[in-house]
Amino acid sequence: MFQSLAVRKAQGTQFIRDLRAAQPGGFRGKPLISDQTCAPNCRLCQEVCPSNAIELKADHADAVAIDLGRCVLCGDCAPVCPSQKLSFNNDVKLSATTRQGLVVTAARPHIDPVVMSAELHQRFGRSLKLRSVSAGGCNGCEMEVNALSNVNFDLGRYGIDIVASPRHADGLVLTGPISRNMMAALQICWEAIPEPKLVIAVGACAISGGVFADSEAIGREFLDKYPPSLYVPGCPVHPLTFISGVMDLLGIA
Amino acid sequence: MPRVSSSDHPLPVAQLSSIENLLSISELVALVLQALEAKNTLISWFGRPTTSGEEAGVVVTAVLLTPEGLCVRRAHVAAGSSYPSLTTQFPAAQIFERELWEQTGLLPDGHPWLKPVRFEGVRQQHINDYPFFKVRGTEVHEVGVGPIHAGVIEPGHFRFMCHGEQVQHLEIQLGYQHRAVEALLLQKPPQRLSPLVESIVGDSVLAYSWAFNAALESLANRPVAPATQASRAIGLELERVAMHLATLTGLATDIAYLQPAGTYQRLRTAIINASQRVCGNRFGKGWIRPGASAPMGEALRADVLKTLRAFLPDLQQVNALMTSSRSTQARFKGVGTVSVRAAQDLGLTGVVARASGMACDLRYTLPDGLYAAHPPQLLTQATGDCWARVRQRMQEIEASTQWLMDRLADPTLNLADTRDPFAQTSPSENWPLAPNAQVVSLVEGVRGPVMVALETDASGQLLHAKVQDPSLANWFGLAFALRKQQISDFPICNKSFDLSYCGNDL
Repeated sequence: MFQSLAVRKAQGTQFIRDLRAAQPGGFRGKPLISDQTCAPNCRLCQEVCPSNAIELKADHADAVAIDLGRCVLCGDCAPVCPSQKLSFNNDVKLSATTRQGLVVTAARPHIDPVVMSAELHQRFGRSLKLRSVSAGGCNGCEMEVNALSNVNFDLGRYGIDIVASPRHADGLVLTGPISRNMMAALQICWEAIPEPKLVIAVGACAISGGVFADSEAIGREFLDKYPPSLYVPGCPVHPLTFISGVMDLLGIA
Repeated sequence: MPRVSSSDHPLPVAQLSSIENLLSISELVALVLQALEAKNTLISWFGRPTTSGEEAGVVVTAVLLTPEGLCVRRAHVAAGSSYPSLTTQFPAAQIFERELWEQTGLLPDGHPWLKPVRFEGVRQQHINDYPFFKVRGTEVHEVGVGPIHAGVIEPGHFRFMCHGEQVQHLEIQLGYQHRAVEALLLQKPPQRLSPLVESIVGDSVLAYSWAFNAALESLANRPVAPATQASRAIGLELERVAMHLATLTGLATDIAYLQPAGTYQRLRTAIINASQRVCGNRFGKGWIRPGASAPMGEALRADVLKTLRAFLPDLQQVNALMTSSRSTQARFKGVGTVSVRAAQDLGLTGVVARASGMACDLRYTLPDGLYAAHPPQLLTQATGDCWARVRQRMQEIEASTQWLMDRLADPTLNLADTRDPFAQTSPSENWPLAPNAQVVSLVEGVRGPVMVALETDASGQLLHAKVQDPSLANWFGLAFALRKQQISDFPICNKSFDLSYCGNDL
């Protein structure tokens, strides 16, 4: 009893009061592309990128584009750039409602803001139950999805919970690049979720295949059939990236 | 082939000066049997198909841990042939022989349970054809769970074969996470593979990236700075603390003891946020790069040390709360017992083997660098049950935290000069690697030894990459632990093992 009270006292208050304002110290988040001119014929950033996230347009004023749907936020591109054109800040607000909205350049430095869906707000604004499926994941995003309901992030306070049965779910949280061996199980799980329902693609793997995009052991037809309502970049996703994205999507004040 | 003692290398690495000198498969089998009879450990038994320029067939590699250090021996065998299965005498070889058979077709003659490990290659999407064991008789029933489980967990299928209330056998079928990692490791220049390697097992980032990069640095003959090694060890121990905390959270949740669960969660948050302040990522991604490591200057060191000093008393307090609870003891004690004899026979490794009394910890048995200068305590338990695995993890967290605090507080330890001493090379240039060489690199990660074995061809290109997670052998330990238990004991048995699916499936 007294032990329990002592643990409670030491625990203090752990939840983050304002999840939208929280800024994680040291997080390597959003890539920033300066308007420095690229060195002639330089492709170093593209060469070191592990997930083909960087597109170079030669002789174009806005030469470098980074696709956050592919980017694993490894930061390896920044130190190799001879023009010091690339850097990363700790911004966690990386989610978008369209795939194209995840591409940033020097001229277009911001990810498209998440578009609030009036329909989703009306249906799920006060309660959203999600079923998680790990399909070829490395357990990084899975652990961060678990962290959503821990005492720090406590996403349940907004009625957003991860549930055990697809029958109880309003949507699917997909992690991993979708291994061929998981394709059938993923499809069965999706069909078990009652309509209306949505897909949330969590992590670079789910959005694009990430570092596994070139693997012959993955099959991504599922996402062609069921395009996500929300893309949550990261490797793994930071819980705050997921939280800010979902809250914006549902229009939670 | 030479036996290289660990003191010659920054990590336990065996380098083969020549790969011409291959044994016959019967010689290799005899050698391994002899080593196992002498109570040595079979770390791995794997193979690859030969490539052009080699005599057609399969090259098989055996990695043994002997009192003198690592011992690597290889054999050449014709494709499609067979050899007498090691498993019939030493069950510890069972999963390696299955994997070798699945990947190369080499048949271990007499293997009692020859089944695919992960349904790779042509077997992909035929995972429903898995040949399960059958239990026959009246009052016999089976319960299947998965691949998708109730929580946010990786996928795998568990089939419980029960007689009344008792589980006679649990069969674990994996492969759902298979992403063909080993093939991908050959598609890009190896010094650019760190982000991929960090995503093989995303909860053991430091262990994998250290094992891989140490192998690469050895092949390139580019030893790293002492501060780089030290920084990597700091990262690895932070990873151990964080992952053990995640396991304890799950165990507390599984027995519905929510106060410790909540406390372990927030304690883990403090640790992984400290990792993020060092390397930019809560899971340690970006901490290790070829030849280099995240630097820790004075301010960062003080910051991490402060975090740990605040963490340790709270950890000890919640551990005391958890272990003094009678209902916790009643739930964990005597459940899922794996005796030391069974653990040795099954070839268990890492934290679960230590919980069954096996004195195995590479930080202790093959120390190097910071671990040689400051040996961590070798911790084991006697009982091998869920309780022992809980206690083992608690003690390992406390020991690692104390070790970290001692290192970070030591003013003579340099953690700042972690740059690659050979850094004049542009990162996009290919590192020249020793030709016709093979290195085996091992790191004691949170679950146990993570192995990376790299082999080069005559031109110094990577020819084969082998990755092995400690979970590969330990999954059979979980199946064994469930025997004569009830299905309701499965969650705590499973969580107390806390094995990796993606590490098995690759």
